[in-house]
Amino acid sequence: MSLVIQKGTSLRADAMQRLKKNHAAVLGMYLLLLIVLAAVILPFTPLLADPNAQDLLVKNTQPNQQYWFGTDHLGRDIFSRVFYGGRISIAVAVLTTLVAVSIGVIYGAVAGYASNKVDALMMRCVDILYGMPFLVVVILLGKVLENMTAAWAADLVDLFTADTDSDDKINAVRTAIEPLVTMVPLFLAIGALSWLTISRIVRAQVQSIKKLEYIEAARSLGLSHFTILFRHILPNCIGPIIVYTTLTIPGVMLFEAVLSFLGLGLKPPNSSWGVLIKEGADMMLTNPWLLFFPSLFFSLTLLSLNFLGDGLRDALDPKSSKD
Amino acid sequence: MTRISLYLISILTLFFTACQKETQVEKANREKILLVGNGGDPKSLDLHLVTGVIESKVIGSLFEGLVGDHPQSDTEMPSAAAVSWEHNADYTEWVFQLRQGAKWSDGELVTAHDFVFAYNRMLHPELAAPYVEMLYFIKNAEAYNKGEIIDFAKVGVKAEGDYTLRIQLKEPVPYLPGVTRHYTWFPVPKHIVLQHGEISDRFTEWTDVGNIVGNGAFVLQSWKMNDHVAVKKNPHYWDVEHVKLNGVRFFPTENTYTETRAFLAGQLHMTYQLPPDLVPKMEKEYPQFLRKDPYVGSRFVRVNVTRPALNDPRVRMALSLSLDRKSLCDTVLQGFAPADTLSPDLGAYQPESVVAYDLEKARALLAEAGYPNGKGFPRYSILIGSGGTRSTSEAIQAMWKKNLNILFDIHAMDYGSYISAQQKLDFDVTLAGWIGDYLDPTTFLLMWTEGNGNNNTGWHSDDFEKLLDDAAHSADPAERLKLFVQAEKLLMEEQPIIPFAWQAKTYLLQPQVKNWQPLLLDNHPWSAVELNSEKGAP
Amino acid sequence: MIGKLINRLLQGIVVLFVLYTLTFFLIRALPYGPFQTEKAIPAHVIEKLKTQLGLDQPLHVQYIRPLKNILLEGNLGVSTRLEGRPVNEIMAQAFPVSIHLGIMSMILAILIGLPAGVISAYKKNSMVDYLLMATAMIGLCLPSFVIGPILAEYLGRSKQMFPVMGWDVRQVSTWGLPVFTLSLGYAAYLARLTRSGVLDVLSQDFVRTARAKGVSTVKILVKHCLRGGLIPSAAYIGPAFAGIISGSLVIEAVFQVPGLGRHFIKAIETNDANVIFGIVLLYGALVTLGNIASDFLIAWLNPRSRAQS
Repeated sequence: MSLVIQKGTSLRADAMQRLKKNHAAVLGMYLLLLIVLAAVILPFTPLLADPNAQDLLVKNTQPNQQYWFGTDHLGRDIFSRVFYGGRISIAVAVLTTLVAVSIGVIYGAVAGYASNKVDALMMRCVDILYGMPFLVVVILLGKVLENMTAAWAADLVDLFTADTDSDDKINAVRTAIEPLVTMVPLFLAIGALSWLTISRIVRAQVQSIKKLEYIEAARSLGLSHFTILFRHILPNCIGPIIVYTTLTIPGVMLFEAVLSFLGLGLKPPNSSWGVLIKEGADMMLTNPWLLFFPSLFFSLTLLSLNFLGDGLRDALDPKSSKD
Repeated sequence: MTRISLYLISILTLFFTACQKETQVEKANREKILLVGNGGDPKSLDLHLVTGVIESKVIGSLFEGLVGDHPQSDTEMPSAAAVSWEHNADYTEWVFQLRQGAKWSDGELVTAHDFVFAYNRMLHPELAAPYVEMLYFIKNAEAYNKGEIIDFAKVGVKAEGDYTLRIQLKEPVPYLPGVTRHYTWFPVPKHIVLQHGEISDRFTEWTDVGNIVGNGAFVLQSWKMNDHVAVKKNPHYWDVEHVKLNGVRFFPTENTYTETRAFLAGQLHMTYQLPPDLVPKMEKEYPQFLRKDPYVGSRFVRVNVTRPALNDPRVRMALSLSLDRKSLCDTVLQGFAPADTLSPDLGAYQPESVVAYDLEKARALLAEAGYPNGKGFPRYSILIGSGGTRSTSEAIQAMWKKNLNILFDIHAMDYGSYISAQQKLDFDVTLAGWIGDYLDPTTFLLMWTEGNGNNNTGWHSDDFEKLLDDAAHSADPAERLKLFVQAEKLLMEEQPIIPFAWQAKTYLLQPQVKNWQPLLLDNHPWSAVELNSEKGAP
Repeated sequence: MIGKLINRLLQGIVVLFVLYTLTFFLIRALPYGPFQTEKAIPAHVIEKLKTQLGLDQPLHVQYIRPLKNILLEGNLGVSTRLEGRPVNEIMAQAFPVSIHLGIMSMILAILIGLPAGVISAYKKNSMVDYLLMATAMIGLCLPSFVIGPILAEYLGRSKQMFPVMGWDVRQVSTWGLPVFTLSLGYAAYLARLTRSGVLDVLSQDFVRTARAKGVSTVKILVKHCLRGGLIPSAAYIGPAFAGIISGSLVIEAVFQVPGLGRHFIKAIETNDANVIFGIVLLYGALVTLGNIASDFLIAWLNPRSRAQS
């Protein structure tokens, strides 16, 4: 009789194994990586044409050898517009989610750890915010800050390009900075209202871990609340935080696209996928490829993020209720 | 398995019962109702409270002025509420004989008192009518409106009996009949307006469905906001036997692509506009629907002449001469005509051409002004609103970069901020336009005087204003026009505005719509339109 | 139960109050006023208009007056963009349309999504399951503003089966496309939720017992699983309601539906304060009510909490 020795595995390794088995999630992850890398790196290389360069001679060309995704009514290369747009959409979604997650984690952790009274008050605030019609407030806020942020963006660009005269460099700086700065009110608004769910989840986690024995031990050792919370409790909440971050990003991306489609989010030349889809929807009669390619990449990214998020959730906590 | 197929079948059945049986145009052709894409929902039907073209279309179906619109000609003056009119020697006084027996849609007679009441209301300082300046031709009108005169009897409109209207003007106005075709000069039913409030009450219900009474060919049937305004034939209209349509429905089509789609889906007889980039496709595939009619509108770059470099007329002329207007009209402004001065030809008024595409001269002027090859030129931006002017701005931006080596940025704002920025002179250059209200040069030239709310360039010229003033006081129509030609030439030599195109109205029209000719003012009387019942949906 | 309800309603009132204040300051911060038009309005006329609308009053007066009007008279004031049309009238015309759109979409979403989820769960890991879930996934990731224009183009213009704009309650064809487009995303989400909810219940012991006893599968599904399985979906109804409000903004824009969304966007673009207040507060009330309804629905469905009450 031979003895089969089973190697002990850690929680993390278990999770990774389950994740790898989930084909959809793995596929999603690779797809996502591909798209994100392309969108982020390609614009920095000379491989892509200037997304805003017009060439009226080649306007409205169908996808062909030279223009893989065709051109629009101003002769702009759609292939490059899709990737530049992707960079903007992804940057906006990631930054907004970072804001949301940061606020949510800290708020939820504090609420979960604090005394009942403080917790009740904090959660009451969350409940109140839950009752806000998210979209309308964001739209209003966006309008209010629109001109201000445009001015900030212009100032920042001037700051960075004070030393150069080269139009290309100025353009590059501008395409990098402008969308981010003009989206600041939207980051803050969307982020500030997205953190609610994450805070509830973190709070629930913190509350359950708080009761465990090793936390009591840490208290008796005299460690400060701050250390306990941030060095002992939170790291054990990473699981759900990662899952919900991955699942929040597509929501935010969709939200930004909706706003841009309504004309209330980003505007040309900061053409995110949302803006490109809007232009494509209008021109569907004559240039259907204008709608097809941005929608394709947008949907694929959302799809991958959803698969990945699902997979992560299944992997890290197979018994969690799916809501 | 059967349960699943049952499920699928029920969904499909739901789908097919929901489809439509015939298109809306087909239905409307049978019922003789015209389906009009109107570009937006009217803000109000109270003619004293609105300023837009959208509202004018609907109001034009419900009300009628002294002089009417002719379906085939911009310059003919058919009788409408007035049957005849005469003027004194120097055109400072006009007397209109009203049509006896013409009725409001509730059966009451239309009299000169309704006209006097209407002008009183429009000019009343408490009403705060936004388009009041259209009535400033009338003697003492401005003073009354600004509260300097309290007694309306001092204003130059008098009813002499029930059917004679005498209008005294502050200066000669030979083209007054044309002006009275504008809705600001229409009558309102005194008895109805006063039923719902005082003469100067702004927000009353007199224009609500069921209350509103007009003297036009149609009456208001229903108004579902953001959906459509429906009007039906007015049985009390004096010319009702010649009205062919049973009704009109105005649809608030704001998105021009949706509007085109709706037209091609058989929902509209005509569209309000057509996106320029769809014009080539329409020319190729649906030429029977495409209309490109010249329109009394001008497109120009408005320059803030208080900014450095832009304050030099040579720079402005250089910017102007470096624009290839023909190319613009062939690409982004399909259907428009290249402009060589501000005003298009307005009947008898033929302004001189001043600007053209002349690169050599442009560059020379720029160098002379101190910016050879664009060197040292400040970094400015082109301000645009949220409408469809982006492609135009990009094309112009490309031209200035290529031809003069000056790079302008493009700065887009939502409509409200765009207007506000221009009024505050908080811009460098902006794309703007102007649509004339009637066929006379004053409608394009008067606004470039100092302090005028529509000027917004920071430019003014005493010589220019003197020419305008002389023209205003001239009683000789020919001499008057000559003075305006000079004034416009002066304006154009300074280029505080850089005109680049004269508008054309490109739109789609179903061939069943009869009696619809190209008109410069685009004021097609609804009472003259006919619908043929041939099945003509695409 | 009642106590909890009252508690939530009071909380809702606080929400509305906070919303009102926030909106008030945001409106004042807009960079343009309500009097911008293409043909400039003479300055003395603008002054008169400002006085008539009370825009020259001190801050606290401007804050309190609309509040008083709303609470004491239910009067939301007049619209500046629509030249004096009462906001109550505007909303009375547009609200039924938006609600109709929302409810029809919800119903359609439930009709499509729920059975799909149940069937998927029942035939877990079969071809049917994968197909349905894949379709659901796609439905989730193709936003309504992509699907809408595509449907409008092919079913509307090309095949002329549906009108592409306009809304007539009596004519189903006018609301066919908008309702369908709006329902897709929710149907997809509901399908997934229902599937996982039903799976959860199916895996429990009492189901195995029932099956061992010989109860037919359909009976198991309907009688035992549905209640528990519907909990995640019920939890979703609240946020879904809020989502339908935002989703309808897009649908209304694409299909020219004369609902509240269109008025809202125009009101924001023209700084039409009273309309903005009216719509924001209404939406706030709807979201709060949706959340309350959702919570109570879950409580009712949840067998454990039922045992308690």
